Amino acid sequence: MSKAFFIDTTVCTACRGCQVACKQWHDLPAEETENRGSNQNPEDLSFITYKLIRWNEKEIDGKLRWLFFPDQCRHCLEPPCRDTAGEPSAIYTDKATGAVIYTANTKGLNVNEIIESCPYNIPRASKDGILAKCDMCIDRVQNGLLPACVKTCPTGAMNFGSRQEMLDLAEKRLKEVQAKFPQATLLDPGMVRVIYLVAFDPMDYHDFAVASGYSRGITRQMALRKMASPITRMMRALG
Amino acid sequence: MTNHWIDIKNSDCILICGSNAAENHPISFKYVTEAQKNGASLISVDPRFTRTSSKADLFAQIRSGTDIAFLGGMIKYIIDNRLYNEAYVAAYTNAPFIVGKEFSFEDGLFSGYNKETRKYDKKSWAFEMDANGVPKMDRTLKEPRCVFQLLKKHYSRYTPDKVSQITGISQEDLKKIYKTYGATGATGKAGTIMYAMGWTQHTVGTQNIRTMAIIQLLLGNMGVAGGGVNALRGESNVQGSTDHCLLWHIWPGYLKTPRASDVSLDAYNKHYTPASKDPLSANWWQNYPKYSVSLLKSFFGEAATPKNAFGYDWLPKVDDGVPYSWLDLFDAMYDGKIKGFFAWGQNPACSGANSSKTRAALTKLDWLVNVNLFDNETGSFWKGPGVDPAQIKTEVFMLPAAVSVEKEGSITNSGRWMQWRYQGPKPMGNSRPDGDILVELFLKIREHYKAGGVFPEPIQNLKWDYVTDGKYDPHKVAKEINGYFLKDVTIKGKKYKKGTLVPSFAFLQADGSTSSANWLYCNSYTEKGNMATRRGQRDAVNGIGLYPEFSWCWPVNRRIIYNRASVDLKGQPWDKNHWVIRWTGDKWIGDVPDGGWPPLDSLDNPNPKSKWAFIMRKHGHAQIYGPGLAEGPFPEHYEPLECPVEKNLMNAQRINPAAPVFRGDADAFATYDPRYPYVGTTYRVSEHWQTGLMTRPQPWRLRGDERRVGRSQGDQERRAGPGQDGPGFPGMHGRCDQTDQAAQDRRDRRPSGGLPVQLRLAMARDRKRRQRQSPDAVHRRCQHPDPGNQGLHGQHR
Repeated sequence: MSKAFFIDTTVCTACRGCQVACKQWHDLPAEETENRGSNQNPEDLSFITYKLIRWNEKEIDGKLRWLFFPDQCRHCLEPPCRDTAGEPSAIYTDKATGAVIYTANTKGLNVNEIIESCPYNIPRASKDGILAKCDMCIDRVQNGLLPACVKTCPTGAMNFGSRQEMLDLAEKRLKEVQAKFPQATLLDPGMVRVIYLVAFDPMDYHDFAVASGYSRGITRQMALRKMASPITRMMRALG
Repeated sequence: MTNHWIDIKNSDCILICGSNAAENHPISFKYVTEAQKNGASLISVDPRFTRTSSKADLFAQIRSGTDIAFLGGMIKYIIDNRLYNEAYVAAYTNAPFIVGKEFSFEDGLFSGYNKETRKYDKKSWAFEMDANGVPKMDRTLKEPRCVFQLLKKHYSRYTPDKVSQITGISQEDLKKIYKTYGATGATGKAGTIMYAMGWTQHTVGTQNIRTMAIIQLLLGNMGVAGGGVNALRGESNVQGSTDHCLLWHIWPGYLKTPRASDVSLDAYNKHYTPASKDPLSANWWQNYPKYSVSLLKSFFGEAATPKNAFGYDWLPKVDDGVPYSWLDLFDAMYDGKIKGFFAWGQNPACSGANSSKTRAALTKLDWLVNVNLFDNETGSFWKGPGVDPAQIKTEVFMLPAAVSVEKEGSITNSGRWMQWRYQGPKPMGNSRPDGDILVELFLKIREHYKAGGVFPEPIQNLKWDYVTDGKYDPHKVAKEINGYFLKDVTIKGKKYKKGTLVPSFAFLQADGSTSSANWLYCNSYTEKGNMATRRGQRDAVNGIGLYPEFSWCWPVNRRIIYNRASVDLKGQPWDKNHWVIRWTGDKWIGDVPDGGWPPLDSLDNPNPKSKWAFIMRKHGHAQIYGPGLAEGPFPEHYEPLECPVEKNLMNAQRINPAAPVFRGDADAFATYDPRYPYVGTTYRVSEHWQTGLMTRPQPWRLRGDERRVGRSQGDQERRAGPGQDGPGFPGMHGRCDQTDQAAQDRRDRRPSGGLPVQLRLAMARDRKRRQRQSPDAVHRRCQHPDPGNQGLHGQHR
């Protein structure tokens, strides 16, 4: 059954348990980092960091807000990276779950073009040109376990299940949260398998929080049109 | 915690003050979040904006050390607006008690103060007694000298204007918070407090907690689900180690450490066993001798007999009036009065206040044994900054201890749940479980005493049968803690055989026929088995998340203590939806009740078989007025020893008049220096454990640090020239994130004119990279280049 995440940023405390769990499950080394005046650490996603809590400090309606955004691959329904790569042995969608999987065969492809095609700025290349990113803990999921990040999350910010369950949960939480934060919104729910709920303007959280947010360059714009096609088709069908 | 972690979800309003639960107790936020989803309000009051604050409905920035002013203002607000639960206050607290005429409060001092000793004579604080020796009461709370009226008078001075001036919180915000929290005084509502060292580590630490306890009592929040006074412990077994007498002034189970003036066991028991003449007061501590004698039997076994007062004379006594707490110990060590020191599972060179004094104190020792997972600042103090190893006489031994997962045993969490842990991997290398280290240590010591020595009896007579196959056996110790029947006995028609485990502390005796190394834990390991290993997932009938079959909690598996106060006089819960216990007409159901007696029924004509709700208090009532406290029966605001304000706006005393002050050459204080209008604070983060001992010594981190420290050191030298802004300290000490940040800021601001081209280019590249990847960080820096700018963005530097 097609799977999805629901990430409720309104209850995320940025404990970074998910970041650590992801490293542990994938047996990835730590990053050497330095203090940059932000609690966001490490600074960015990388070939060895698939999951990252982004921190933003904003003043909204006269109040200080810390906005936490547990960033990761969205596992798009129509992943532009896959289409840009055009090589099923390198980037493919797992039929059962919908997980977008990268393999070592990404080596030798035009990795910059693939990275550029991602509207969420997720994939990262190693020095020798292999691409990596969140794999939905496909090995865990195939064995009936939750992804490591979801399993470890103490507050219920990270959720995982069938896409329909997650959409329902997202809608339910959206309504509850809107009572307190009228600006609250779900991010690109029709396009992705990782549905975020944010309380404020998505651009306050992260430049690439939504696909339309940072769409510069031809590749990305084309990718966006392609990605949105399921929604466009749906809209047409609705009439 | 009077309640427990899961119970937080039952709260209607959560105040997090003096702690930063989201960062330091991340899992607690599972339940805070659940409460919020159910409509609870979250209030964060902190000198800093934290991850906890980021999730709060209300946040107020408080000046550090002004919590009593903040809470005192809340007491005034609750009384002025009649938000308190009058039925609860009148029935269960000492608010109706009449205080003696000698009691007074003036200029910030309570009656009985001695300026020379900085201590109070508490005699004048006593209650007025009736002819039967029971405190006089006015349940209508109107008598001018009843506790309630004195409380009202005391806090009438805590006006919004004054509290706002002292705390720095606007009157508007104060009112919002007071109103929101005060609303939990309504019947059926519950408010809770989550605090930690942000409240305890002050010169008014005890009274910080007391002020909150008063609020909880006024609002009827003690004993109820979603309420309580909840101390969040900073490590998985702080509660357990405190229960088992980590602190100098207590014996296991909160019995008192004997003083020199407690010359005999009888004198000791008499001193600490309270007597009440009120037949309705359970006065649970009247059982004190049963617990103290059972403890002595556990220490000395067969050697403890009635004839030798069960070995009471073999135990060390502390000098009267002399404190032996952490700061006192290191003060004595600094003065050269302590020759040897076991730093066991701690890192005082890093964690103690005034670390310079602490490290200097370590140089005065003859020997230091550091028992820890890794070497640390304490074990390596002799090669710390500014120390010449050749000048240090202290001999240091390192005993590597096993990690928690490498050994078996129990831990007790903040919610008093004793949970058994099993051994996973075997200990690495030469490291050993603490129990094994202790066993071998003691056996060696005893060997030395075989040939005699000064006062060998306690060593020779100590019962020490915790070894199986030459190794420390945690089950034997856990059983010892629970306690045994030492004779065949018949109690209430039931026979108990010698050598069997005591079912609960109600069976402990003062005649030496039982043992228990901690009466509070009696019931944890019985003939039914090790209760701490239980993992039952079934909730109790009230469905409030007590999970009574999961692990075990003291006392006697009571998950919410003082729960007799969660019901009205008829035994029916104040809160019908989250009820803790309920009287069915012939018995209590729900949680294990605080004593099985029937409900009081009425105050005018109470059921003679019943008992007042707060069974651990001598008079059976919770103490809004605390006549036994060192600083006075009501908390009062005093300024911290060092602070940026000139005087205390609340009274004529600047600092706590009863707080001990160290005056040695290493104890320098300064206050109200206009050049330093700052308050320094320490804090923990989610990412590091304790003093960082388990998280900092990552090989890649140390490597990174050396690299980084080396670089900023170079920067400093380039900037200031040698000798002016001396080099940073290499190694683990002397670096902290702030230092790195300062170095980074300096790098950013430095004009690049005089630098080599290559470096300039590298810097430009670096800037560009950061701009691209974290535009916000750079933006912030550009906007606020002045570190003195303490605006919004200065907060988390």
